[in-house]
Amino acid sequence: MKKRRVVVIGVGNLERGDDAAGRQVARRLREAGGSDAAIFDLDGEATSILSALEMAEAAFLVDACVSGGPAGAVHRYDLAEGLPAAAHFNLSSHGFGLAEAIGLAKALGQLPRHSVAYAIEGECFEVGAPLSDAVCHAINEVAARLAEEICALEKRA
Amino acid sequence: MTRKTVKVDVLARVEGEGALKVVLRDGKVESAELNIFEPPRFFEAFLRGRHFAETPDIVARICGICPIAYQMSSTHALENLLGVKVEGPLRELRRLLYCGEWIESHVLHIYMLHAPDFLGYDGGVQMARDHGEAVKRGLQLKKVGNEILQLLGGREIHPISVRVGGFFRTPRKRELAPLKEKLKWAREAALETARWVATFEFPEHERDYTFVTLRHPSEYPLNEGRIVSNRGLDISPAEYDAHFEEMHVSHSTALHSHMRNGGGAYLTGPLARYNMAFEQLSLLAKETAREIGLGESCRNPYRSIMVRAIETVYACDEALRVIENYEEPDRPFVPVEPRAGVGYAATEAPRGMLYHRYRIDDAGTILDAQIVPPTSQNQACLEEDLIDFIGGFHDLPHKELQYRCEQTVRNYDPCISCATHFLKLEIERS
Repeated sequence: MKKRRVVVIGVGNLERGDDAAGRQVARRLREAGGSDAAIFDLDGEATSILSALEMAEAAFLVDACVSGGPAGAVHRYDLAEGLPAAAHFNLSSHGFGLAEAIGLAKALGQLPRHSVAYAIEGECFEVGAPLSDAVCHAINEVAARLAEEICALEKRA
Repeated sequence: MTRKTVKVDVLARVEGEGALKVVLRDGKVESAELNIFEPPRFFEAFLRGRHFAETPDIVARICGICPIAYQMSSTHALENLLGVKVEGPLRELRRLLYCGEWIESHVLHIYMLHAPDFLGYDGGVQMARDHGEAVKRGLQLKKVGNEILQLLGGREIHPISVRVGGFFRTPRKRELAPLKEKLKWAREAALETARWVATFEFPEHERDYTFVTLRHPSEYPLNEGRIVSNRGLDISPAEYDAHFEEMHVSHSTALHSHMRNGGGAYLTGPLARYNMAFEQLSLLAKETAREIGLGESCRNPYRSIMVRAIETVYACDEALRVIENYEEPDRPFVPVEPRAGVGYAATEAPRGMLYHRYRIDDAGTILDAQIVPPTSQNQACLEEDLIDFIGGFHDLPHKELQYRCEQTVRNYDPCISCATHFLKLEIERS
């Protein structure tokens, strides 16, 4: 199988307000086109994320987070350096989500050397709630920043 | 009198949120309470007033790990009510779909949630650093289960193809063909899994459980059957409420199930199925059980990880059987018309028996629903295990005692999300 150059994985729950942020970023990028990146929007279950990481040379992961910052704040983490507070991503009631997937991929040697996580601070995670205004803005910002990062990576190749 | 207090704020590697409090006095467990503090989820209440046809999609949302179980119990109960029997290829496809869920759920629990207990790791991620090949095998095996759900259910989590009377869409033969090769690999991986878990060290604790499971004349308990126990119970699902009762206990938002008339706590799930229906496992599953030294009966809950591995072999075998014999059905579902009545069914979720009852009116509106998940049924039995077993570990250092409590809880692969989610643990030694 041909290696995928770049993989984008947006995770979250589309039915729970700001938790949809990661998936909405993935969808914006897919709609915008213009790159060869493989784009996944997933519910956040760890083994699905690991599958999406298979064969990737570079990976961008996007999720909502809760770390006490203002809604819509954007955090960028170079995963070679690790996640500062894995628990902030742990919105899954099953305790086996993005942070665990990143940890597992690293332990198994399956995390691409170039791996970046974007986290968007959410404020409302109620069932059926719409995205908050602040998170809508952040989704556009992260989609634009990712498009630039992917473009730069693809030019370098 | 000695008094020790062990407190753990978060017990990880269970599905959902709750807490556990164990009180030890003079080396004996005085009380053990699985404290489920997660708010009740009111699924039974918000099913009321909905059209019966919406049920499979609503109840699938109860659990991301075992949505098929909820879809199967609900559809079977409603078909019981409507006088519809789903047979032939549609019934076989339902078994295949359920096998997919057993594979993904059992394998997740074996590799990522329970095995770290036996190998001395805080979790699957830490275990993966030293047991990378095993973890990769587990992840790949789980993926095959997920692929069955994806193909038959339309998506891996909360599938959308199941309806009362059958499916919205059934697969073509050629669509199932690629699964066959994957399942052959999965069956070998399941065998390796069974051999791997058999190398673990198990505490030698047994109890004389009341096992409750489904019984089918010719099939290992899965999607249909009478409710039986090793104490002589043999009833149809319609008689469930006459023999079992749900009780509220102050320390839990999930109801506790007991057998009526003093029958007490009972155990449902892999251990019950295995003990009551060993002969109905596939030949390969039975041979593997003997090879890994499990025998035809097992009352040691710590060995439930071995039983899950054997059931995974069975699920792969059964899935292959269905695919090899599959003939495309004439239509994806049997038509159903609403009529007033009450319907009952129980099926075997990976964690145990899942009972559903529905009452609808002539227009098909749900008037009343009852859902009894396996973790509710096992909760009292789990607490009894803690009372019986943890005293034997009372001399252990605090951290190890805590670890034994957590391991004992995880023997049940509890899905607290289903029962009402996250487990906090508090041990008090006095």
